[in-house]
Order: sequence, then structure tokens, then C-alpha cells
Amino acid sequence: MTAKIWNHGFHGCHRWEIKTSVQSVSSVVSLLVAAGGCATNLNTHSHSEHTAVHLDGVSVGYNGKPALWDVTLDIASGLRLAVLGPNGAGKSTLFKAIMGLLPLRSGHILIHGEPPGRRAVQVAYVPQREDIDLRFPVSVRDVVMMGRYGRIGWFRRSGRADRLAVERAMERLDILHLADKPIGELSSGQMQRAFLARALAQEADILLLDEPFTGVDAPTENAIYIVLDDLKTRGITVLLATHDLDKALSHFDDLLLVNGTVVACGCAEDVFKPEILRRVFGSQITLMPSGDRIMAATDGHHP
Amino acid sequence: MLDFLLAPFSYAFMQRALIASTLVGALCAIVGCYVVLRGMAFLGDALAHAILPGVAIAFLVGGDLFIGALIMSIVVAVGIGYLSQRGRVREDTAIGIIFSGALALGVLLISSAQSYQTDLTHILFGNVLGVSDRDLLLTIGFGALVLAAIVLLYKEFLIFAFDPTFAATLKLPVGGLRYLLIIVVAVTVVVSLQMVGVGLAAAMLVTPAAAASLLTRRLSHMMLVAAAIGVLSSMIGLYVSYYARVSTGASIVLSCTVLFVLALIFGPRDGLLARYRAGRRAR
Repeated sequence: MTAKIWNHGFHGCHRWEIKTSVQSVSSVVSLLVAAGGCATNLNTHSHSEHTAVHLDGVSVGYNGKPALWDVTLDIASGLRLAVLGPNGAGKSTLFKAIMGLLPLRSGHILIHGEPPGRRAVQVAYVPQREDIDLRFPVSVRDVVMMGRYGRIGWFRRSGRADRLAVERAMERLDILHLADKPIGELSSGQMQRAFLARALAQEADILLLDEPFTGVDAPTENAIYIVLDDLKTRGITVLLATHDLDKALSHFDDLLLVNGTVVACGCAEDVFKPEILRRVFGSQITLMPSGDRIMAATDGHHP
Repeated sequence: MLDFLLAPFSYAFMQRALIASTLVGALCAIVGCYVVLRGMAFLGDALAHAILPGVAIAFLVGGDLFIGALIMSIVVAVGIGYLSQRGRVREDTAIGIIFSGALALGVLLISSAQSYQTDLTHILFGNVLGVSDRDLLLTIGFGALVLAAIVLLYKEFLIFAFDPTFAATLKLPVGGLRYLLIIVVAVTVVVSLQMVGVGLAAAMLVTPAAAASLLTRRLSHMMLVAAAIGVLSSMIGLYVSYYARVSTGASIVLSCTVLFVLALIFGPRDGLLARYRAGRRAR
């Protein structure tokens, strides 16, 4: 069985209504149950050349406690996948496992059919929170240039192509005017854009974004959406973790619902069902019947 | 005035002292930038003290003190790296244990020797005026090695120091870079022992780099400014010790401290004076 690229995305799902900003609620989404084809596949042994990321029976844990168990998943190349789940559901762990930053308890991961780490530049990753020293003497340009280091190689200096790639990445995120500022002087939104620019400068064909919308301003949110659309046209596979249902609905092809393990995967019609949402979000979600629809509200968690 | 500046260097030992202390001043300051940025100041101090048993053993068996110190420093550096990486104990605890144990062992060994007092003083506080031609050659040789590592691995050390997680996603050997950086610091400490001794080596690593961090906004500039501060304080220290007839190592370190305080007060951006002025303007 071969996974197919899901290319009509949400253009096929018209009956969505999204209302926001109810008090202490991050999103309210009305649901309809309908059928649809999905590019994200939970069957084993189905990976092919079109599979960007393949996980087979993957379990990961920290200090004895499993954080993610038995994840089997195929992600089609070029897909935009939202990874949804409450805080602590294992979204970040999933990304770190794909990046090869955590040892696997069991199972294996293939990136374009190869074990992670075989080729350094394939997967770019923007963690939820960069654990950096804000007084570190580097400019925004220096930070974005770090994205090129995997391509430049040992003992060599950056060339013209690297500098151009860095300029382009900064331009796409509208931070070119900040290029020579120390990284510590940026606002949190600008910093998020700088780290995203660093990931773009890697020119990887798979991009993992962990909660990029948390605590950012409107210009940054717009910049991220523009970049996501641009990446889509260029066939880059994007995985984006969020706990926010609206964001997941409006800009992604498929949704992956996790809470310790994969609860459901597929397009919105398939996965936004009351019983699935309850399994994922537990008491953090409120489901309200409203005519032929069900309204879903998740608690607003902004760590 | 010119006579005042040149007079000390009519002696050959003062010429050697000048070359050695400016070289070591620059080298320590450059390596010190990573020590400051990675929060390794305590490690640098510990390394300097932990070298003592190596020096003592070399001294007792009539071997080369420099080689003894070098071997010991690398053993200790790898030991600390291993203990803390396994997560058995916190890094500062691991350093504290090895540091004090090694220092005690060193003092114990040296105290068994006849010329205990003078030798211990030289090892603890340095003896830059006693630098031999051979010492100078060793300093130049190992200094060049350390500088080569810093220049050739500039990108890799920069990214490792700034964002180790990102370095790992680029599949850089983060563990290897970590050990290499500790070893670079260890070799630098050994090279600086002759000048300022075990007790003050950490100051030469940390103080010029800390002063430079107040004055600059990019790593390469920070390294150059730190090197300049290291060289300047070595020269000032030599003059002070020559004319005031006081300890050379202590004079050099105190010159660093004074330059740091000046940077803290008069720094153009973050200096206390600049902040005071900015505060008044805001009001």
C-alpha cells in the first residue's frame, strides 16, 4: 500500500465554522462528521519513496517514564501535518525522536527511507523554546547563518551562496532590517522569526515546528502563515505541533492527534469526532451539541 | 618616560617575561570567551588546582613539570566531563570533589619534598620572571595549537556554545566538542601556570573575557577585545611588579580586575554610567 499526497487539503471541507476568543478558551470549533481521504497513514509497512517520515512501533521515554509509546505512522512527502494534543501529550517528544535527539526504547524511524542522521541537512527543527543565553554575543545574521553550518562543513568558511540563502531567509520572515542586531535585543516574536529563518536557511525538505504560535505577536503569526504557504508550493513537508484547534484546521492538510500515543490521524472530518477529541484532550475539552454540529472548546494553555 | 618604559627590559629575564605574559594573556583571554559564555569559570579554576598533583609528581621524580601538568589536566578534564555527563552528580559538585581532592593530594606530595616552601609558592602563584627559553618555546608551541583549534573550529564551537541542541540537530558531535573545549581550557590553564600560578589562572581566563563581553556584541569582536585586554594587563602588571617590587602574577591579575571595573563603569552600552544617563534621560 502506498501513501498518497493529500493535495486538496481543507478546500474540500467547507462546513467549518470557527469562533474564537471565548473567555479562557483558546478555540471553539464546530464539528461535522464527514468522510475524506487522508495522506497520513497509520498502517505499517506502507512506506515508499513518497514517504517523508516513517515511524514503526516507536516508543520514547525520559528516566524510566514512557512519554510516547508505540507510534506507527507514515507521513507523505509534501504534506502539512498539524500535530494536536494537550500539553504533555508527547508532541515535543515526537519531534525530538524524529530529529534523533532522544534514544528510542523500541521501534525505528526512517527519514526518506534512511535512518535519521544519515544526511545532516534533511530535517530542520524549531523547538518550542530556545534554551539560549540572551546575552550571547551573536547578531541575528550570525544565528541564521548557523542554519548553513550543516552544509558548509568542517574547517570551511561561509561562501556567497550561504550569505545569499541567509539574506533570503531573513527577507521571507521580514527580519532583514534586524540582521545586525544582537539576538538578545529582539522581541519574542522577532526571535521566533529569527529561529524560523535559521531553519529555512537549512533548506531542508522536512520542517518540524514545535508550538510556533505560542506567545507571538500578530506580524509573526502572519509571517509564519506566509512561510507555510510558500513551503507548501515548494513541496516541503511540514509538521507543526499545536494545542490550538483553529490553527490546525485552517492551514493544514492532515491532523495527527496524540496523547501518549497516536489517537487518530487523518483529515479533519475523520478525526474531529467527539469520542476521539475526548480521548485526546480529556477534561481539557468541552463539547457542546449545536444543531447538526458539535462545538468543541479546548482550554487555553499558553505556557 | 621612554626610559621608564624601556628600563625593565634591559634584562633578558624581563624580555622573556614580557613575551611569555603577553602571549599567555592573549591566549587565556581568547579561550576565556568560551569559558565565560558557557559558564565554565568554576571548571577553569578547578582545572588549575587539580593540576597540582601532576606537577608535584613530576617534581618528585625529577620529570618535566609542564608535561606533568599537561597530562594531569587532561585526565582531570575528561574525568569531570565523564562524571557530569553521566548525570550521576551535578557538574559543579563533580568539579568541587575533584578540585579539592586533587589540591590536597598535590599539597601532600609537595610537602614531602625538601624545598617545600619556595616550590609551592611558585606553583601556587607563578614565577613569570623565571621563564626559561624552553618554557617560552613550550608556551608558543601549545599556544599555537590552542589558537589553531579555536580558529579552525570557530563555527563549531560557536554553535555548540550558543545552542547545543541545534548543534545536535545538525549532527555535529556535541559530546566530542564538549570534551575538546574542556581540553582546550585545560591546556590553556597549564600554559598560564608559569605566569600566574594555580591560584590565579582562572582570573586570566575569566576577567578579560568578562570585560570584553561588556564592550562588544559579536563573538569575534569579543575575542579580539579580550585579547587586547589580556595583553594590556600583562604589560601593566609587569611594570607595576618591576617598579613596586611586588608579585608579578598578582599584579597582572589585579590589572585585569581594574580594567574589568573600568569596562563595567564606562562601557558605552551597558556601563553603569551609560545606564545612569539613560535613566535620567528617561525621567
